[in-house]
Amino acid sequence: MTKAEIVEQIYERVGFSKKEAAELVEKVFEIIKNTLAEGEKVKISGFGNFVVRHKNARKGRNPQTGQEILLEERKVLTFKPSLVLKNVLNEAEEQGETDAGESSL
Amino acid sequence: MAVSPKRTIPGGEMTKSGLIEEVARRTPHISKKDTEVVVNTIFDAMIESLRLGDRIEIRGFGSFQVKTREAREGRNPKTGEPVHISAKRTPFFKVGKELKEMVDDSPDLPEEGPVQREASA
Repeated sequence: MTKAEIVEQIYERVGFSKKEAAELVEKVFEIIKNTLAEGEKVKISGFGNFVVRHKNARKGRNPQTGQEILLEERKVLTFKPSLVLKNVLNEAEEQGETDAGESSL
Repeated sequence: MAVSPKRTIPGGEMTKSGLIEEVARRTPHISKKDTEVVVNTIFDAMIESLRLGDRIEIRGFGSFQVKTREAREGRNPKTGEPVHISAKRTPFFKVGKELKEMVDDSPDLPEEGPVQREASA
């Protein structure tokens, strides 16, 4: 799925023009990005939390050459999926398993 | 209707309703109700896409992908008792290059003490 497909969904489900839908989708991701860039976290209930984490400098190794390198202190973005999302992803599969085990049809 | 200006606070947080507010504020020609429907539709569409096993790619932002974790035998860390952990699907997010750089340049977080109320979504 791409941004264009999300726009398409809004056009179909909500009835906005594609131009308006595209503008809104663009705004939504832009705001999330700018908020994270300011060091704020973004919590989307039912989806998950985006959190900026600070990583201290540490020594690492180039896994290919084994050469030791210094990884500088940095900030990274992490995503923690919400329980709701995790459950949604596992519903179908659990159902599939149960069906396979005890098919009544 | 007066809308309070956007203030970002390092270490602060924006919730979905805060996001809706902000989108509404920047698109005065679209009602807040409509903005809310659109924001919800975006995340609903993304969830549905992941449910179907699709990969989501938002250019400049990042990508989401569902990975399957194999079933394994685990252990209850308290009792040491072996437990069966069934296979499960987990969403992963990979940050896009642009956002990755933006975040790395973000202001430092206030480091004092644990951030209050880290409830999961």
